[in-house]
Amino acid sequence: MRDDPKLLILNMADNVATVRTRLRAGDVVAVSGVRVEVSADIPLGHKVARAAIAAGEKIIKLGAPIGYATEAIALGAHVHTHNIASAYIPTYTLPKDTQ
Amino acid sequence: MKGYLRKDGRKGIRNVLVVVYTVECAHHVAREIARSFEGHDIQVIGFPGCYPNDYARLMLERLCTHPNVGAALLISLGCECMDKNRLAATIRESGRPTELLTIQAVGGTRTTIEQGRAWVQSTRALLDAQSPVDMAVSELVVGTICGGSDGTSGITGNPAAGRAFDLLIGDGAACIFEETGELIGCEHIMAARANTAELGQSLIDSVAKAARYYATLGYGSFAVGNATGGLSTIEEKSLGAYAKSGASPISGMLKPGNLPPRGGLYLLDVVPDGEVRFGFPNINDNAEIAELMACGAHVNLFVTGRGSVVGSAISPVIKICANPETYDRMADDMDVNAGRILRSEASIDEVGYEIRDLVVSLGEGARTRSEELGHQEFILTYKSFEPLGPSCLPGG
Repeated sequence: MRDDPKLLILNMADNVATVRTRLRAGDVVAVSGVRVEVSADIPLGHKVARAAIAAGEKIIKLGAPIGYATEAIALGAHVHTHNIASAYIPTYTLPKDTQ
Repeated sequence: MKGYLRKDGRKGIRNVLVVVYTVECAHHVAREIARSFEGHDIQVIGFPGCYPNDYARLMLERLCTHPNVGAALLISLGCECMDKNRLAATIRESGRPTELLTIQAVGGTRTTIEQGRAWVQSTRALLDAQSPVDMAVSELVVGTICGGSDGTSGITGNPAAGRAFDLLIGDGAACIFEETGELIGCEHIMAARANTAELGQSLIDSVAKAARYYATLGYGSFAVGNATGGLSTIEEKSLGAYAKSGASPISGMLKPGNLPPRGGLYLLDVVPDGEVRFGFPNINDNAEIAELMACGAHVNLFVTGRGSVVGSAISPVIKICANPETYDRMADDMDVNAGRILRSEASIDEVGYEIRDLVVSLGEGARTRSEELGHQEFILTYKSFEPLGPSCLPGG
């Protein structure tokens, strides 16, 4: 089963894929041979896991590390500031309701 | 292309008259002088600080003698520390008409505005009578910056801007990419592209300096909107930003105010030297644009995902929109729709050529969206730098 064309895999070494068009909650997408139901909307430009990622494991995008997982991340799950962190400088975000 | 020939041999694609406040206390008077000439390329720049700063003085010198600037009117309050006489002398030596009005000496707000407007009126007429001469792409300096980046910037707009850089450099232009704080994690792949090993080490050192500087501040060069747009960490933002540099070898490293000695690709080190003193290296995108202009940039390529609307005083800004959803909402502000790449409507190469052609067209009378919309943002703050190291510029 091929990866869903809505997902952009920038480097075959990556453990995340970039969302090429907004995914809606309930959509089913093919990721690494598995059909995964999207649990919440994922906007254009965000990332989903191409593999199950263990806590502490590096996140690889464009073939390079962009940080590490702060918790276990399931295949197909949204990968973002809630479950990964920078190895250099923490990412500053506003509380959810003010964004 | 056509350009206005300056005494130092450089040519400008615009013939702007700048009204320059040498402290915030003179800003209102400068703005009032310029306001009555709206639409006639009279633009306001300046430095708000009252206390001395070599960086700010050098920046104003470089900006007032930028090839896109034809004349400069300096507005001083009178008690600030900026060495306005030295600034005026530097502009005069460059062959440009210049005048210095000191509000406290002239007799206050109203009189200074009247005298300033009279000088602008006669000087604008002088500039309008100048004829541009032929200009080649090899005489161009082009900068690039990204602002309001998101998860699309690094896969559409930035690689397309990098492609345009490769094309312009192939024609002999000097191209400058910047913001070492947004190259964190890319330092080793970048150093491998340097023309010499010594330059490569300088590039690595500049990024290490940026990482230290931002770590001390406690925040990266990373805004809330970057995360909303899908970027999770500074390393991820950096990898995307790095794509703006294209694939050409790196010829040299500059600091704000250094002019590229010849064509090629240059990194602009924007993070101050020494201990953390004056706060954030660049408090917003226009602070970076001001520094690219101080290195001679005639035009800047600005890649945005979230949708920045800014332009700049002095040098036109080409707005490249990386995100197709943002483009659909904000097309009026955008010069290039790089989001077509995500929708399989254009290749990175095609958008790269489109950007290159747009740069050239600005030297043939075309204007950017931000120019048409009247954007003339400008900001200059305190910083301090040590001189450039010996291995930074191409030799021979």
